[in-house]
Amino acid sequence: MRAPGDGRQGIMAGDVLLAVEGVSLAFGGVKAITDVSFDIRKGEIRAIIGPNGAGKTSMLNVINGFYHPQQGRITFKGEARKRMRPYVAASQGIARTFQNVALFKGMSTLDNIMAGRTLKMNKGFFWQCLRYGPAMREEIEHRKFVEEIIDFLEIQAIRKTPVGKLPYGLQKRVELGRALAMEPELLLLDEPMAGMNLEEKADMSRFILEVSAQYGTTIALIEHDMGVVMDLSDRVVVLEYGRKIADGTPAEVSADQSVIDAYLGVPH
Amino acid sequence: MADTAARREDTFPKLLARNAALRGDRAAMRHKHLGIWQTWTWKEVDGIVRAYAHGLLQLGLRRGETIAIVGSNRPKLYWSMLAAQCIGAIPVPVYADAVAEEMAYVLEHAQVKLAAVEVQEQVDKILSISDRLPALEGLLYDEERGLRDYDHARLHAIDGIVEDGRKALAPVPAARAALDAAIAEGKGADVSIILYTSGTTGRSKGVVLSAERSIAAAADTVVFDRLDETDEVLAYLPLAWVGDHYLNFAQGLVAGFCMSCPESPETVQQDLREIGPTFYFAPPRVYESLLTRVMIRMEDAGLLKRKMFHAFIDVAKRYGEKILNGESVPLSGRLLYALGELLVYGPLKNVLGFSRIRVGYTAGEAIGPELFSFYRSLGLNLKQLYGQTEAFLYVTAQPDGQIRADTVGPLAPNVEVKITEAGEVLFKSPGMFLGYFRDEERTAETMTSDGWVKTGDAGFFETGTGHLKIIDRAKDVGRLATGALFPPKYVENKLKFFPNVKEVVAFGDGRDFVTCFVNIDITAVGNWAERNNVSYGSYQELAAHPQVYEMIASHVEEVNRSLAAEPMMGGAQIKRFLILHKELDADDGELTRTQKVRRGFIAERYLPLIDALYDGATEADISTEVTFEDGRKGVISARVKIRDCRTWPVSAETGATEKAA
Repeated sequence: MRAPGDGRQGIMAGDVLLAVEGVSLAFGGVKAITDVSFDIRKGEIRAIIGPNGAGKTSMLNVINGFYHPQQGRITFKGEARKRMRPYVAASQGIARTFQNVALFKGMSTLDNIMAGRTLKMNKGFFWQCLRYGPAMREEIEHRKFVEEIIDFLEIQAIRKTPVGKLPYGLQKRVELGRALAMEPELLLLDEPMAGMNLEEKADMSRFILEVSAQYGTTIALIEHDMGVVMDLSDRVVVLEYGRKIADGTPAEVSADQSVIDAYLGVPH
Repeated sequence: MADTAARREDTFPKLLARNAALRGDRAAMRHKHLGIWQTWTWKEVDGIVRAYAHGLLQLGLRRGETIAIVGSNRPKLYWSMLAAQCIGAIPVPVYADAVAEEMAYVLEHAQVKLAAVEVQEQVDKILSISDRLPALEGLLYDEERGLRDYDHARLHAIDGIVEDGRKALAPVPAARAALDAAIAEGKGADVSIILYTSGTTGRSKGVVLSAERSIAAAADTVVFDRLDETDEVLAYLPLAWVGDHYLNFAQGLVAGFCMSCPESPETVQQDLREIGPTFYFAPPRVYESLLTRVMIRMEDAGLLKRKMFHAFIDVAKRYGEKILNGESVPLSGRLLYALGELLVYGPLKNVLGFSRIRVGYTAGEAIGPELFSFYRSLGLNLKQLYGQTEAFLYVTAQPDGQIRADTVGPLAPNVEVKITEAGEVLFKSPGMFLGYFRDEERTAETMTSDGWVKTGDAGFFETGTGHLKIIDRAKDVGRLATGALFPPKYVENKLKFFPNVKEVVAFGDGRDFVTCFVNIDITAVGNWAERNNVSYGSYQELAAHPQVYEMIASHVEEVNRSLAAEPMMGGAQIKRFLILHKELDADDGELTRTQKVRRGFIAERYLPLIDALYDGATEADISTEVTFEDGRKGVISARVKIRDCRTWPVSAETGATEKAA
């Protein structure tokens, strides 16, 4: 597998891949995000943390175009945009997983991950229906890519199992597989370890680190397990009540008084 | 033909070269990778192994030095063995799941210079103990994942070594000739491999096997089971175990058949179905768990399928084994069985991956007669063998047509067996080991001065058929005061094969006769009670029920009748028994964590009951401390009844004259 996006548009590791500037999002009178700015650099693992209701998932939804912020600007690969549909975000190289697993429950692991390749298939509807000739060749090529992901995530034994029958930890892994199938430049993970036991968390951490190291994929993740966040991420941004209260390396952030207050609570 | 050809090639690398010349385009090895079965022909394997061997030479591995092989069944690890053997080095396969301490002991003891491993996990394990391995110079790995940031000074990809070897060999005829010479230099008497025993009883011992003996043994069984190049096996058993090395690797090279490696340890069941092996080995518990799974799934199936399954399984029970054994069966039976094959047995075997099996073996422990005949009645040619790492597997094996659940078969070809006064089985076999590696003391303990190998198992030959029966570990076999043999496990197993019996503890060493404690199986007996309107309030009450006693007594008498039919065992008939008021439990120290009976401890704890068994009392009082599941302790007291049982005159074919006990 190649590292997607390498060399394209000249974004090198360490350069800013995505910048969020002064973004505010409100639902009617409820302010979900207020004037938040931060950036994600190419190749890093960026954690977004904060107490419940801090606006973390909203932030991810803004980044992949599901929500449209009332104010502010998002620059992805040097291109500023205000409004974007998720479809466009996906085709530009942003993939994500969801807090509650969002797989096609009746379909097999293989088919679910193949679904992640849809955007990469070029042959038209007619050819796809025939499943013959060029369409077949294309499918074989994509299948090979998907099989590499299956091998990578060590889920060979459940290749043909309907995902609805799988335990939660494995479903999360399949969902990561589907996101990887898009060969994303930016991978958004919404609580990838929620509800997992210690061993499953260790496995998932290993996969995230390997995705980052092997494919050079930039990763932004939301996570509640502080141990995981501290171990995995290069930089952490902390939100509270929709505002950014800290931004820096795990060590800096965990020493920050306002972060400690946010998590432990202070008398007002 | 395989026989005569194999005699000439006295090392495995020479066999590989022969196979490449004789059947170069036939499949030698398969491995499922990225969802597709990748195949290598004998010619390709030969090329890879030669390049690999040259690569190992460049890494500094020399004749007589050792290389550890650690991992699951992967082609590259099997090639590592062959490549090492090409240059006269000795492969030492190690159990991949061994804890670091155990692995350190084996690697240190074997003085390995290199280690070929599968994945990062094993690299880490070996690096963590590398301070104890001064001889270790480098690690070779199959899968690169996770190893990118490691120091690669001593770490090499197997692919890279093969590639280096290939590049170095191709343009230099002299190098190729040197490799040919190295292979030719290998003699049959050289050490071919060192297999470490799994170490369940004390420290692992390195069993040293020579090439010519290994090949001679494999050639014999290849003829015995008529294996040839069209056969197919799935290598899924640990590659450090003698069974895998013998059945798949050695037999494969001798017969020239194809060995397939599963995609991952978790996919074995699916891979089995896709490959459809013709030769198969599994320990009894695998067959047992497969049967349980089938039965559970059938209970969930629709009414029609369920009825059909049970109806045809009954047909199979009646005729299946007879048809397989070539006995006479009425035409109607044959027709029904054929219909069953079409509708039930065929599809079932297909699901289990058993469709093409011509020869299936089981060994390792006693297999229940019902379980054994279930598979045989489906048309699966399941047989038993008895063997040891020290014998390079086979001591006895059942030939087609002489198959029984209660023996391990007559002697394998060219094997000699002698039974000592004490009943211990000694053997001489074509594949027998040279000794334990760097352990003369234990070699001398195991091998007699005139060349017999002690198995540590007690057994005897059945008169008339020449079948060997293994009864117990020799040190566990006792004698009654009358001098008759008393093998506790043999007696217990016979009784345990009844589904109503969960556990048995037999006593008799140094006594006048044999007695036993019985634990009923609450599921089976409870089920029986429900169907027969027997009401009970607790385990204790059910265990003491007169009808339950009646039922167990009939089982015991059945066992006695079968013991009486064996002259050597007739003295071990059970005269008195009792049913324990509680289940034996690991929490109370009565069983080990692996559910084995702790005989000595039980004898101490239930001493009043044992006394009562031998002093003629009809009941006895016992109170024992028990540990409940929440950790609290309590005392259970009970009055336990003791039953006398009918015994039979020893070895009377007409058997009807009973004598009161």
